[in-house]
Amino acid sequence: MDTNPYFEMFIEESKEHLQACNEHLLELEKNPENIAIVNEVFRSAHTLKGMSATMGYEDIANLTHKMENILDEIRNGRLHVTVELLDVVFIAVDQLEEMVMDIASGGKGNLDVTDTVQKLHKIETGEEIPVAATTVESTVESNISQENWLSYDDYEMTVIEQSVEQDFSTYEISVKLREDCLLKAARVYMVFELLEKMGDVIKSSPSVEKLEGEDFDEIFYVALVTNEPSEDVQKKLMKVSEVTEVLVNSVTLEQLKKRNNIEGAKVEETPFSEKTEVIEGSQEVVAVKTTEKSPASKSNQVQSSKTIRVNIERLDVLMNLFEELVIDRGRLQSISEELHNSELDETVERMSRITGDLQNIILNMRMVPVETVFNRFPKMVRQLARDLNKKINLEVIGAETELDRTVIDEIGDPLVHLIRNSLDHGVESPEIRLAKGKPEEGTVVLRAYHSGNHVFIEIEDDGAGINREKVLKKAIAKGIVSNEVAQTLSDKQVAELILSSGFSTADVISDVSGRGVGLDVVKTTIESLGGFIDISSTEGKGSLFSIQLPLTLSIISVMLVELGEEIYAIPLSSIIETAIIRSSDILNAHNQKVIDFRGKVVPLVFLENVFDVPRESTDDEFHSVVLVRKGDKMAGLVVDSFIGQQEIVLKSLGAYLSSVFAISGATILGNGKVALIVDCNALIS
Amino acid sequence: MTEAVDYKNLKVVVFQLADKEYVIPVSQVQGIEKLIYITRVPKTPDFVKGVINLRGVVTPIIDLKNRFGLGESSLGESTRIIIITLDDMNVGVIVDSANDVLDIPLDAIEPQPEVVGGMESDFIAGVAKIDSRLLILLNLNLVLNPIKSGV
Repeated sequence: MDTNPYFEMFIEESKEHLQACNEHLLELEKNPENIAIVNEVFRSAHTLKGMSATMGYEDIANLTHKMENILDEIRNGRLHVTVELLDVVFIAVDQLEEMVMDIASGGKGNLDVTDTVQKLHKIETGEEIPVAATTVESTVESNISQENWLSYDDYEMTVIEQSVEQDFSTYEISVKLREDCLLKAARVYMVFELLEKMGDVIKSSPSVEKLEGEDFDEIFYVALVTNEPSEDVQKKLMKVSEVTEVLVNSVTLEQLKKRNNIEGAKVEETPFSEKTEVIEGSQEVVAVKTTEKSPASKSNQVQSSKTIRVNIERLDVLMNLFEELVIDRGRLQSISEELHNSELDETVERMSRITGDLQNIILNMRMVPVETVFNRFPKMVRQLARDLNKKINLEVIGAETELDRTVIDEIGDPLVHLIRNSLDHGVESPEIRLAKGKPEEGTVVLRAYHSGNHVFIEIEDDGAGINREKVLKKAIAKGIVSNEVAQTLSDKQVAELILSSGFSTADVISDVSGRGVGLDVVKTTIESLGGFIDISSTEGKGSLFSIQLPLTLSIISVMLVELGEEIYAIPLSSIIETAIIRSSDILNAHNQKVIDFRGKVVPLVFLENVFDVPRESTDDEFHSVVLVRKGDKMAGLVVDSFIGQQEIVLKSLGAYLSSVFAISGATILGNGKVALIVDCNALIS
Repeated sequence: MTEAVDYKNLKVVVFQLADKEYVIPVSQVQGIEKLIYITRVPKTPDFVKGVINLRGVVTPIIDLKNRFGLGESSLGESTRIIIITLDDMNVGVIVDSANDVLDIPLDAIEPQPEVVGGMESDFIAGVAKIDSRLLILLNLNLVLNPIKSGV
């Protein structure tokens, strides 16, 4: 099982994309002329290809690539949608699904897709589809008969006896798993599921519980009562991935009796002829079957219930309800303090602890560090750089920045596209870079940070930048802008053209990027999240794609400080440290009060003046100072006192107060009051 | 609902400000709250009293009396905050008291008289005379025009 944190995301997203493919293909079958639907399928396939290539599942990437080629031909009108064509595409999607499911249950996602790939290729090159020639690779080895695999008790013998009477065969099967098989229980489950489709499993060794608990080596044995031929049983079981060897041995009653005699089991005493016993025996089988089934299906549940998708709105409601609870908890606390009832005190204290835990859970439920998305990029960049014969260094900054779950879920695809784009079109090949006097190794910076009411994610490269002429030529050729309009566009507007639908400047279609689906999807996705994307580019110097996302809800660590009667929150991300200084340490420089902080002159900002705090000005000898920074600039914020560090939920001040100076938002404190969050960036000029 | 059943009437919330009675349509009122702790927001116009925690949603509060240039509200027992929803925006207004909910016939609403004077006249959508009461209908779009301040 892949333990990557984005593994589950990949599975979920792949399933979604495949579902979308299926739906749209069905739609396409009804409206074969509708190119828009082809585009939808294409996008899903394209994203799937990108994701699976990133995760290293080559068979999926390979198959999707072929599928994409076909779809591209359809889009360009070179191929027509026929039932035969769709059949093959559907098979491809089915196989993709199979592979994804295999990966989800712990497999490697390998599947022999040569046949489908060939068919797709033939359609692409205009050949007729041949009659399917399935190439089932069977690595059947000679049936080495093995004795004494299993021993049976009386009831089991009875069952075998009865099944023989009804022309069922009994097989003893040995299944060998790969030595490095990681999820043996899952494999066992798959084997058992297959077996139970074919017949009844009457015995296994080790016991089902042990198999379930992965308490066995590579081999396990089962006894199966079925009416299928042994070859079929064997072939079916071999299809379960990571199963390396399956031996099916047909057993007869005589053999079993003999075996049992040797073992000293008293088979003869078994009253075969008594009907009541037989009925009891078959009941036993049913019981065995169900007990085998339930642990197996349990393992399946464990597999699938690792993630659960909850509508974010529900979490919002939960959050707001919880905040009300916190307010009432505060009230309850003050009441219990007045009453001095020890039982009440105890209960309130317990409740406080529980609500504290609850709070953490609820807050964390929505927030995910952007790391979960960023993590997948270094590998992808390395792989791509190798594919493209480029030298590229990826720098990731601010991966700990937390983002709303909704945003995290959606932001993955756009970022993949943007990074691929930067690698493919942005950064030049080492030779060109050297010729231009740049370092051989290109740099791509992936950066995330909070600012004001927004989260920014930026992708910056020091590559070729956007070539105005090339973009315009392409845009005119594609009919995105007219010749007249093109000349009036500013460089920035030209840069934004690359986000238009159906735009691609790459001369050669590569599997990295450049079919013109990527960037317009990026734009649409980001806009649907309520954010926007900005491109700035200098030809020859590089490009910067900046994505601004709204901060609907996000948790940040803050330092709570007191100013007179008021409490303000300063984001920990911008704090360097806190200090207490003497009045005599404050110096004057150009009408600006400054302090000497570790050899650096740092300007002081008196927050009470900035925020016009209503109170008598005090002349303390000591001042509490919070040192904050913005880039390489620093400032000291003078406050009355520090309260402490806390995790808070960032809330907007509402649409009515859309931009208040030096306030980036608000939060609700434990006592239910609102505290304002200081925007340090605005205070440092 | 009200409009569908009885389109000739307008259901309104009546509130008191200084010595006058004002009305706003019930459809725009989200709730009426008692006075709770208001956090001051610096660098905003005087009539912005600050923000409150309205069941987990940070909601701006404006002092309507101040907005109309009638001086500060004196906060007391009867002081209420009327939460108004306008174009997805929630704003609370401080009023001296919330008196009543009334149905007023649409044809009783007249444009405001020529001579009213004061800043408040800019925000008046019309007046209605019901029995002996003079009810002033507010134009909330103008009253709650978002402010961008502080630069």
